[in-house]
Amino acid sequence: MSFISAIDRKLIRDLIHLKGQALAVSIIVACGVAIMVMALGTLSSLQQSQETYYDRYRFADVFATVKRAPDSLARRVREIEGVRVAETRISRYATLKIEGFNDPANALLVSVPDFGEQILNRTLMHTGRWPDAKRPDEIVASKSFVDAHGFELGDQLTAIINGRARLLTIVGIGDSPEYIYTLGPGNLLPDDKRFGVFWMRRKALEAAFDLNGAFNDISLVLGRNAKPNSVIDELDRILAPYGGLGAYLKEDQLSNAFIESEMNQLKNMAKIIPPVFLLVSAMLLNALLIRLIATERQQIGLLKAFGYTSPEIAWHYVKLALAITLLGIVMGFGFGAMLARLMTNLYGDTFRFPVMIFTFSKSSFAFSAGAAIIAAVAGALNASLSAARLQPAEAMIPAPPESYRRGPIQKFSARLPFDEPTRMIMRHLVRWPGRGATTLLGVAAAQALLIGTLFMFDSLDVMLDTFFERTDPYEAMVNFVEPIGSNAIEELKDLPGVISVEASRTVAAKIRHGPRFERAGIIGLPGNAVYKQILNENDEVFPVPEEGLTLSSQLAKMLDVGIGDQLTLEILEGRRPTIISPVTAMVNEYISSPAYMNINRLNQHLFEGEVVSGAFIKLDPSQSDQFSKAVLDRPVIASVTLQSAAIKSFEDTLEDTISIMMSIYAVIGGAIAAGVVYNAARISLTERGRELASLRVLGFTRHEVSYILIGELVILVLLALPLGCLFGAALAYVFGQAMSSELFRIPIVIEPATYGVCALIVLVAAIGSAVLVSRRIGQLDMIAVLKTRE
Amino acid sequence: MNIRRNTNIAEAIDDGTLISARGLTKVYDTGEVKVHALRGVDLDIKNGELIVLLGPSGSGKSTLLNILGGLDRPTEGEVIFRGETLTDFSDARMTKYRRHHVGFIFQFYNLVPSLTARENVALVTEIADDPIAPDEALDMVGLADRMHHFPAELSGGEQQRVAVARAIAKRPEILFCDEPTGALDSKTGVHVLEALEDVNRRLGATTLIITHNVGIADMADRVFRFKDGRIDSIEIVGRRRKPSEISW
Repeated sequence: MSFISAIDRKLIRDLIHLKGQALAVSIIVACGVAIMVMALGTLSSLQQSQETYYDRYRFADVFATVKRAPDSLARRVREIEGVRVAETRISRYATLKIEGFNDPANALLVSVPDFGEQILNRTLMHTGRWPDAKRPDEIVASKSFVDAHGFELGDQLTAIINGRARLLTIVGIGDSPEYIYTLGPGNLLPDDKRFGVFWMRRKALEAAFDLNGAFNDISLVLGRNAKPNSVIDELDRILAPYGGLGAYLKEDQLSNAFIESEMNQLKNMAKIIPPVFLLVSAMLLNALLIRLIATERQQIGLLKAFGYTSPEIAWHYVKLALAITLLGIVMGFGFGAMLARLMTNLYGDTFRFPVMIFTFSKSSFAFSAGAAIIAAVAGALNASLSAARLQPAEAMIPAPPESYRRGPIQKFSARLPFDEPTRMIMRHLVRWPGRGATTLLGVAAAQALLIGTLFMFDSLDVMLDTFFERTDPYEAMVNFVEPIGSNAIEELKDLPGVISVEASRTVAAKIRHGPRFERAGIIGLPGNAVYKQILNENDEVFPVPEEGLTLSSQLAKMLDVGIGDQLTLEILEGRRPTIISPVTAMVNEYISSPAYMNINRLNQHLFEGEVVSGAFIKLDPSQSDQFSKAVLDRPVIASVTLQSAAIKSFEDTLEDTISIMMSIYAVIGGAIAAGVVYNAARISLTERGRELASLRVLGFTRHEVSYILIGELVILVLLALPLGCLFGAALAYVFGQAMSSELFRIPIVIEPATYGVCALIVLVAAIGSAVLVSRRIGQLDMIAVLKTRE
Repeated sequence: MNIRRNTNIAEAIDDGTLISARGLTKVYDTGEVKVHALRGVDLDIKNGELIVLLGPSGSGKSTLLNILGGLDRPTEGEVIFRGETLTDFSDARMTKYRRHHVGFIFQFYNLVPSLTARENVALVTEIADDPIAPDEALDMVGLADRMHHFPAELSGGEQQRVAVARAIAKRPEILFCDEPTGALDSKTGVHVLEALEDVNRRLGATTLIITHNVGIADMADRVFRFKDGRIDSIEIVGRRRKPSEISW
């Protein structure tokens, strides 16, 4: 008595016999499943880590900054309908002088209550203690900053706080849900050496910034039924007289927005990439089963003659497809779990979660397995039903010989000056267009997937190039503590190493168009600015128009406006004027979504005379250290950012990530190409084994016979490459759109070299597997050929 | 012993011997059982001879043909083709041997289905040194008017005649035919045998035909009868009969 039925034994033996091809399909299924498990697993890990952190350390729902508001105002804020908790604090930038570190660095100083801890946005203490309320120079510093400099508890550093140098002592090391992604002023990426968050007692900061009995920052937690937008409106109304810069929801909080954007990318990855793999695997299963059923015609006839029903026969072959897919699912789970761990760790470097919770989303397993099974059944159905339809008598007669007949194409091809092996290749291609198409599409899909993922490095290049070389070609950027007279620019010019200085004036504003509004910074630039430039749609530099507002295309899209439309600008600083201004130009920006205005025009609107809030500086690079030292001594400077440091931090941060991601994509893209070609070659070899062995008998060398087998694949692969480029460009477009957000817009740029590299990966994978199969030509049984009939 | 054998072979070449075998044994070792397919076969075949190998299934005649044709290697013994020891050849040289000196005709024709009759012949003439033109080769087997047909459009007998044309177009020194009429009815079989006989006569190609059809033996110069992996008897036929005179 056996536990496995005879027909299932046949299935197992068939699988063992087909092991190479089955494995190739399994690997493709595994890649699809793995990416889904990875993306969704990483997503759920991020979500869990984020939720837990937000929950435990009470990340706020609404944030707002004001110039200076009395503490008593907090009570009015708490009375707004829907507000459950409101907490005020002081939050300002300072510049840092660190011994042994020459670059300018910045810190965000955030107050904690004089006694106890915060209610909202609480600090997670890793080690150490809270600052003593009586010692104003004690700080809790953010862990990433401390780690980057190798500081220990008790270490000291100098901060220029509101123009006064203060020696601060690190007494604690902490983190906060507000700064999971810690971005310093003017930075594109976290730079832990040059930016840190310091928590200090409220009293110390009140004294330092002359804010006794006042606050400049407020956070709210809302009740369950609160209407966030009406809370924001009411809050803005209350804060307006005190220089409110516009309240915003946690969705717009910088750190949170970056995490959300990353999670969104993971979601899109799970949506867009795995279907490509599953589609290819379904096509391969279809081809594999059609071939298997053709060789098993007589067995099927026999089974039917014995009384097996049509559904039993169909189910038998569907089961085979499911077995192959199941193997892929299991491998995909393992591989995906590994990748998820790797990705989660990578994110752990960028996102400062106190604990990176690594969880598997159960639904990701269920979902990916379900999708793979559906793809398998879809791929197997057609072939399995054709097996079920075979009549026993008919099936037991061997299939008629491949019928090539004289048609117009064959007549035409007979006249072409090919040698006979080449003619065989051509005729075979024309005779079996469906099978050729499977290979063609499969390889094209591999190529498309490679292009659709690897193009992002080109995009990144363009983004960085545009930023560092064209729009922001300054060497240093400074922001003043407060808007200041333009004579500050003259003072900057006297600093060592400074070649020239360009003023800028940035104001926070609410930009309204009909019912839509966005908070944005309006950057005022001189008409002849060279260190901060704007680009039109054709990527050409153009001066900021004298009149009207220049919008980044992203912001224009969000506001649904075009050139000529009138906008209402509610300025949130100074005298808070409301300005009606037309859109006079659009700019192409990849990073953030700003608006620009001529600085003189902006100042006129603000009734503030010649005022600046920051400057872009051209430096003599050999004197950048002297500049850094000198600039920090200027009292009015809130932050200094060196572009060279930004470039370096980009290189450091992205190099590892890029090489890891590139290898992953190259491997999975190559796996598809290899799997498709391997299967096509194996099917061809099984089908034409007899024909090829005959040629060997006739005195054709192994290479000559391989030519017939591989030549066909080479043609298909070469045809697939341009098609793959086309698909790849389309996929890149879809990806680029899906991944773009308010924070950055991904330019769809595919360099010729990327097409080349992707084609090369596909070719290497394809040639590798074709060679693997062609080695079997040496093992073709020439003797059997003489004896057996097909 | 060796010296004596070599002398014999030298003599054999002098007297027009094309291919010789000495002490051929072939053992198929399947792990559990050892099957002795050949148990010491010696033979000499002269230029232009038409030989028929007769014997029941499993008597070793196909194994002998595979070894002489350069498709298989003996467990022991050697094959000398025009003074060269075939059994010492590398795989690549073996391929050359098949390519330039040997013609094969199979029981099931083994035509390339995607090529027309003419193209099937051209397949071989393209890699041969001094071939007969494909059209001429097809004309010799009486298929000049069918040369643009694909195998699927030809009858079994016609397909086998294309196979004959393909085999002779390279002007092989030796032609191996393994049950060439095995899949054909007698009338068509005769056509194929006539083609083979004609080629043997006109081109002088040494021809070995395997069959278990005793009737075919009448068209041979000599008949080797096989039994249990050995040549049981060699019969010299006085007068070769025309295939049309043969009945089975």
